[in-house]
Parts: sequence; C-alpha cells; structure tokens
Amino acid sequence: MKPHVHFREIEGRSPGYWALFGLFGILVLAGLAAAHYMETEGHWVTGMSNQIVWGTPHVFAVFLIVAASGALNVASIASVFGKARYKPLARLSAVLAVALLAGGLAVLVLDLGRPDRLIVAMTYYNFKSIFAWNIFLYTGFMAIVAIYLWTMMDRMGRPYGKAAGLAAFIWRLILTTGTGSIFGWLVARQAYDAAIMAPMFIVFSFAYGLAVFLLVLLPAYGWTGRPLGAELLRRLKNLLGVFVAASLYFVAVYHLTNLYAAEHGSVERFILLEGGVYTRVFWIVQILLGGIAPLVIVFHPKLGTRRAWIATAAALVVIGGLGQMYVTIIGGQAYPLVLFPGKEVSSTFFDGVVAEYAPSLPEIALGVGGIAIALLAVLLAIRVLPLLPERLDDPLVEAQAAAAGEGSGGRTEAAAGSGEAAPASGTAG
Amino acid sequence: MSGTDTSRRRFLAGGAAAAAGLLVAPGVMLLPVARARAPEEPASEAQRWGLLIDTTRCADGCDACVRACKTENGWEGHGRPATDPQWIRKVKVRDPRTGHTQSLPLMCQHCRKPPCVDVCPTGASMRRADGIVLVDKHICIGCRYCMMACPYKARSFVHEDVHDPKPHAPRGKGTVESCTLCVHRVDAGRVPACVEACAAEGNGAIVFGDLKDPRSEISQRLARYGGEEIRADLGLDTGVRYLGLS
Repeated sequence: MKPHVHFREIEGRSPGYWALFGLFGILVLAGLAAAHYMETEGHWVTGMSNQIVWGTPHVFAVFLIVAASGALNVASIASVFGKARYKPLARLSAVLAVALLAGGLAVLVLDLGRPDRLIVAMTYYNFKSIFAWNIFLYTGFMAIVAIYLWTMMDRMGRPYGKAAGLAAFIWRLILTTGTGSIFGWLVARQAYDAAIMAPMFIVFSFAYGLAVFLLVLLPAYGWTGRPLGAELLRRLKNLLGVFVAASLYFVAVYHLTNLYAAEHGSVERFILLEGGVYTRVFWIVQILLGGIAPLVIVFHPKLGTRRAWIATAAALVVIGGLGQMYVTIIGGQAYPLVLFPGKEVSSTFFDGVVAEYAPSLPEIALGVGGIAIALLAVLLAIRVLPLLPERLDDPLVEAQAAAAGEGSGGRTEAAAGSGEAAPASGTAG
Repeated sequence: MSGTDTSRRRFLAGGAAAAAGLLVAPGVMLLPVARARAPEEPASEAQRWGLLIDTTRCADGCDACVRACKTENGWEGHGRPATDPQWIRKVKVRDPRTGHTQSLPLMCQHCRKPPCVDVCPTGASMRRADGIVLVDKHICIGCRYCMMACPYKARSFVHEDVHDPKPHAPRGKGTVESCTLCVHRVDAGRVPACVEACAAEGNGAIVFGDLKDPRSEISQRLARYGGEEIRADLGLDTGVRYLGLS
C-alpha cells in the first residue's frame, strides 16, 4: 500500500503553547537585557577576566553551534544515507539546525566587546583566521539548509533534494571541523592544540544534535496528541546511544594521548584529578551524567522503551554536553599558560596560578537566552509551517520505508506533496 | 617620569633626528636607534624593531618599566586586578629543582609569526612591516580570540570605560590592547618608555633597536652574547629576546 505522510502545522492555540511561548519570550528578553547590561557597563560585571576571556556565554554558544550541525543528522540519514523512514523527520531536523545555529550565533555576537561592529566583521576579513571562515560557514549553512528545506517542502524543489541534502551534509561536516579547530589550532594552550578536536567535535555534534532533536520531537508529538511510533523512537534512541559511546571514545583517546606526553602531564592532572570544579564537572557531569547514564538508560531493556526515560537520557546528553564545553572552554583557560616549561612563575597578572572564575548572572542569562531563541524559533516554525507529519505511527513509517525499498535509495515520501495541510482534523496543540 | 611628555613635544616641534641624540636617557649607551619617520612615510621592512632584555640586570622588585609604560600609554586600572589591563608585567621565574630565581619584564613579544594576527577575524591584529604587532582599535570587534591564541598572555581586554586616553595611545572599552613597543615614540625616532625608564633607574637591562641592522647595539649584543626567546619551541620568532634565561 502506498504510504501517505501528511505534514501539517500545529494549531498552537492551547494554553500550554502560549505558556511555552511566554516562557521562551521572557528568557529571550532576559538574554537581550543581559547583553545590553554587559555592553554598557563593560565586561567587568561578568565573571570573565583577562584570564578567562571566554566564559559561560561561549559554553552555551559553542554547544548550540555544535548541536546545530548535529540536529541536521536526521535529515542527512534520510537523504544522504537513503533511510526513508527518517524522511518524515527531515523538515524538523533542518529547521531545528538553523534555529540552534541562530541561537548560538546570537550569543556569540552579543558577547562581543563591540557587538555594534558586527558590520565590521562582515566587511573586513582575515582569511587566515578560522573565525573569518566560520562567518562564511555559518551563513552558508543557513542558506544551504534553507534551500534543502525548500526542496523538501516545494514540489518544484524536489528534484534537487538529494543534491541539497548532500551539500548540507558536507557543509555541516566542514562547519563542525571549523568549530573544533577554533580550539584545535590554538598552539598556546595546553588543553587545546590537538588535531583530534575537529573530529571529536563532529562526534559530539552527532550526540548533542540528536539529543536536542529528541527533546523537541517527543513533546511536539506528545503534547499535540499526534501518534509517534515506538519503533521509530527505538531506532532514534539506539542511534543516540551509539553517538554517546563514540563521544566517550573520542574523549578517552584525547586524554590518553595527552597522558602519554610528559609535557601534557600537568594539564591532564589538572582536568582529571586536581582541578576542583573542572574535575568534578568532567567526571560527574560530562562522563557520568552525560555519558554513562544515558548509555545505561537507552540500552536498558525496560527503561529504554519508555518515552520519559528516553527524554531523560536526551536531557542528560545535553547537560553533559554543556559540562563538556565548560571543561573544555573554561577549564582549558583556567589552567595557566606554560611560559617557562619546568619552572615556577608568579606575577601581578596571575601567571602560574589557576585562574578563578564563577559564572555571573548576566552570562547565564545570555547563554540561556540563546537556547530560548532557538526554541522560540522552532515553536513559531512548527505553528506556521507544515513541518511535522500528522502521524508518525510505526505502520505508516515502516510502510513508507518498505515502499522506498529501505536502504536502497532514500526516495522522497509519496504524496507529501507541498506542505499544504489538509483541512485540520487532528487534535493539534 | 613627567619630563617625558614635554620632551616629546619639544622633540616633535623641533626637527627629528638631532633631537633623538639629545633625548637619550643617561646610563645607557644608545647608538642612534631610530630615525624619525615622516607621517606619510610607511613603516619599512628594512627594519625590524626589537628588544633585548638582560635578566641578570633586571632587579627583583623594580617595576620602573611597568610604571613608565602605564604613564606613557595611560592604562591605569580600576583596582580590579582580574580585569585591569597589563601591557607589561614583571614575572618572577623560579627553578624548583635549584631554587634559582630570575625577574624579568614580559610584554607583547612582537612575533614575526604572531598567533594573534593569524586568528583575528577582521585583521585588527596586525603586524607592521617593521615588526611591531598592533591592534587596530577601529576594527577590533572584541572577540578576544587573539587573547586565547597568545602564548605570552600579553594582551588585555578593556573591561571598563576609558577616560581621557592619550592621543598617541587610543584605547576603547570592548577592544583588545597590548604593548605597542611605544610605536609613537619609535616613529619619532625615540626609544620605548620602558627602555628609557630602565636606563634611568640605572639598570639598563633593556636595549631597543633594529634587529636587521648589524651595526645596531641590539644586534651586536645578540651576536656577542646570544639571546633567547620565551617559548622558542613554538617557532614564533619573537622580536623580544632575553639574556640569561636558563
């Protein structure tokens, strides 16, 4: 039987919808107010300093940017790797990717010392700088994903879907390489300066992106009463488990390689043993909560079948990811620069001592505001655009996969047509 | 200290080269280190300005160079050490195995391959043809990537409002700054303020000059005594060299 997937906007009239809208709206406003305060007063009102030059805003911003590229994975699995059963999820995947990137970039830009000079960043380029590349990688990503979305949603664009999907997939790999290399190419600091940073960030992005995707998908279907198949979820949560395991593998290789080199012994001792808050965040938040716990949950024979637990696992991956970024970005700066290897140094400028840092309220508000920007954009998008299939129950998804000859070609879904919704008959939002 | 500014004005008013000789601070034998450069004349690759710091002559506890820099370039802080700028600082280095200690000034090392310039997205971090590494305050967006990249922690972010910056040393909240090698003095044929102050203190631990001129005092001293770079392993070819580091 020919499977039909109908995409339809959610109604978005329920008190729950407006409560979420209000909550995200307030958080966005709080973030903007924080940015304004930081800019007018100067960065001394934050926890950041000349020692910790990138702080909590960057933890959120880099997390969001990494998660953005990973959120596109579901779409890529459908179009690039030909898994038709994921095709109905591709639109949400693409929109979420753009929204997360927008949230991350907003944080990054609003934390600049001179955010008013954004136009300068757009007109003066130093092409040796990975940051300058990133400006093109980020804006290009948005453009390519927008085209990709068009190929999915408009009959005219459909012939270009495969090409756009492939372009978006390659672009996202380059984009995350760029994000990882922001740190990987910093020769000065002991915790960075490692080629593994780029591929490690790509693997992190798989995990973060899919976790955020699940955290949007589950309530989007649960709260609107639309059916979401257990088999589809089973596949997604298993995939999350694989990505989390791969992330742990990369973290292990990174630290083992550093431990083998005598010159990196002290920075490893700092992160793994004696770094106080950074050591705790590493072991408890990143490894235990963000790695081992989600693995146990998603592969547990009972817990792994329950939606609340799958959502918990995804939330833990997000928390672990933020912990990972905290350890990498702030822990990596807190460990002092090695000016004279083997010697002890001291000065009036905190040489030789672990830098102190505590996240300030404006920084947290700005970072959370970035998340809120992304979620608010998604909340609006699913209300005004036909992004979500009316049904994602297993018989429909499996029939579609079978019709496409699973694994053989990633054919577009039949009868999805344009996104024009049929007259509303469901129980949306 | 306060005589510096008036002498600078006198110097700028009067002709360039002759004044350079008169202004040489006592206590240090300076060959004519720099020729005054007309404003329209671009910095030239024919020179590479640098410093040679003799750590054996740098007195522990003396911070004349730091004070002079602060006065010259106007980067007084707000009593908040974590966020106040420091263009130059005194660093005490101690070998834990032998107990041997040294004291030395540390500032922008004016690398020939500066990581700060590589990473700057807008090109605000730049290296002049004569080797001086600067920040163009007009196009710095305050991203602080250069501070992440600098192995010497030589750069500061301006965390607060700036009041009455010196005309020759523009500063601005939200931008990054660092030692300019007193580029305004160098262009006028004078030596940096730290060099002058160290000489006036009687230590004469810092020599300024043209690394490309084999007849310059700095080149001759380097040829005779050698000189090391901090973190030479990074291969940055710094313009600031040290004597007696190890």
